[in-house]
Amino acid sequence: MKNTDPVLAVEHLTTVFDLSTGPAPAVDAVSFQIRAGETLGLVGESGSGKSVTALSIMRLVEPPGRITGGRVRFKGRDLLALAESEMREVRGADIALIFQEPMTALNPVFTIGDQIAETLVVHGRSTWRAAMVHAVELLEAVRIPDAPSHLNDYPHQLSGGMRQRVLIAMALACKPSLVIADEPTTALDVTIQAQILDLLREMKSAFNLSLLFITHDLGVIAETADRVAIMYAGRIVEEGPVRSILRDPKHPYTRGLLASIPGGVPGERLRAIEGSVPALGALPPGCAFNPRCPDRFEPCTSAPPPEYPVDPNHGARCYLYDPGTSHRPSLSELRPGSPERQRREGGQPPATTRR
Amino acid sequence: MPLVEVSHLVKHFHRGTRLFSAGTLVKAVDDVSFSIEEGETFGLVGESGSGKTTMGRCILRLVEPTSGDVRFRGENVLAFSKPRLRATRRQMQIVFQDPYSSLNPRMRARQIVEEPLIIHGLGNRTTRRERVAELFRLVGLDPAHLDRYPHQFSGGQRQRIGLARAIALNPSFVILDEPVSSLDVSVQAQVVNLLMDLQQQLKLTYLFIAHDLRLVEHICNRVAVMYLGKIVELAPTQALFAAPQHPYTRALLSAIPVVDPDAPRQRITLDPALVNRDAVLREISPQHFAAV
Repeated sequence: MKNTDPVLAVEHLTTVFDLSTGPAPAVDAVSFQIRAGETLGLVGESGSGKSVTALSIMRLVEPPGRITGGRVRFKGRDLLALAESEMREVRGADIALIFQEPMTALNPVFTIGDQIAETLVVHGRSTWRAAMVHAVELLEAVRIPDAPSHLNDYPHQLSGGMRQRVLIAMALACKPSLVIADEPTTALDVTIQAQILDLLREMKSAFNLSLLFITHDLGVIAETADRVAIMYAGRIVEEGPVRSILRDPKHPYTRGLLASIPGGVPGERLRAIEGSVPALGALPPGCAFNPRCPDRFEPCTSAPPPEYPVDPNHGARCYLYDPGTSHRPSLSELRPGSPERQRREGGQPPATTRR
Repeated sequence: MPLVEVSHLVKHFHRGTRLFSAGTLVKAVDDVSFSIEEGETFGLVGESGSGKTTMGRCILRLVEPTSGDVRFRGENVLAFSKPRLRATRRQMQIVFQDPYSSLNPRMRARQIVEEPLIIHGLGNRTTRRERVAELFRLVGLDPAHLDRYPHQFSGGQRQRIGLARAIALNPSFVILDEPVSSLDVSVQAQVVNLLMDLQQQLKLTYLFIAHDLRLVEHICNRVAVMYLGKIVELAPTQALFAAPQHPYTRALLSAIPVVDPDAPRQRITLDPALVNRDAVLREISPQHFAAV
């Protein structure tokens, strides 16, 4: 394998949920790559399909969900083609998953030492005795003070931040090359979140990890990711380097997300995105964002847009960037009160004050 | 006169109490004093377990405080008889964090919003119906959906129902306990805008309990920071964010993730040894108090 080959290449991954109304795609032809040592931030709101994407990569989707198409290439092998027994060897050893809620992800009736050691024993890396010694080293690596004394603690005896450190220690036990962290700091206080983000960064360089970091918080993304993929209603709508996405977002949804973050003049109205996320199985035709989009125009309701390149390594699934149509400035680029903007807004003043 | 005045409020919980052991004493709220002026948005921030939610509930006597005073328009709420307290609660309402568990799933939206009007014996069937429809429009919901059940609404819409219920009795004071933290980012901004609009239209005073400091900075006039059951700093919002004085406040503000990949990150870690638990609030600069 060459150095530049991606560790993980997800190609047209599709996962549907069989609802009473018929199959509904929760993950719809999603493609992305993660290179060695890179952190890809996967951003989306609840129901966007970001967690189902993670579960699909690990092949942990449970009915009524099922993977119906695509490939998940991990170090050259297609994980979707592996036998379940082979997949079990990948899970936890080559790819580890860190969940959002450390209390439910840990087993309440086993000590944390047992749970870390179990990972090593299950994957045949160690005997129980040696695994317990290694567990102490791992707890020290994730900065749990006085680690040996905590080996026999049960999860409820630890604080939320400590539990998340234990989960990270478990994830690192078999020296995986890829870690998927699904909202690892969402349940934590902001000061503890900062510590966990610092720890993940350190672990990433110490263990030479690639990271798929799933979150809804663009601030957390700014601190952790090298590249960002924005998900909406099961599809990736924009992908690019973190600077490019946060400084110069192209997709109207990404722009809306960034604009709705509190900031600017205190007390002023926030620039909310109107409407709400469509329900699974009830997607509007065309681009799924079109009913909420301030820049909607004719082609948006016809078919889901393909990805158009907008900058080096930066693409957006939005017809605004179709080179076939002459460049059409997005509403957010137009000067408030300009004739074009008034025409597009139907002569109405903007619904919200724009900063 | 401040609208709400809390002085030396204390709430202790006993944990692990058994027949022959007193268990441990948890000082959830430990001698807290502050006042809220009419028309302002007063922010209360702090980590989980710092006592901010208990604080809010003590003010409404949803949790009975151990000792201290809560004055509403100058009168001591803690001394009120039950009927008097009930009458006063028309003036003081609360919106809870989780719009999924705070609405009764077996009641229609109409009944949820109407219930406080019935409890307080306001209006008749017809006027209540009109009032409920009016409240629905006020919070940006379609009155055509009045007969739906909570599960038929999205999270943001459910929080609007909770708001309609809270303002049904024309209160002057509303406690907002993490009102948007369980909502999606794009929906949070809508509800925040609604909260600001309602405050203007109905001249509401808010106690805003939150952990999202960016939001607190945006909508609060003054902020109190709670740490281990005590207020360690209290200041006008701008002053607090510009020049935090208490080590915990400094750590808290430095931990806010900034949406800028190139922002300098200077994380300040809190050394608990640096926190003098016995320090009392003193005025560092005009209106800016810190326990240092």
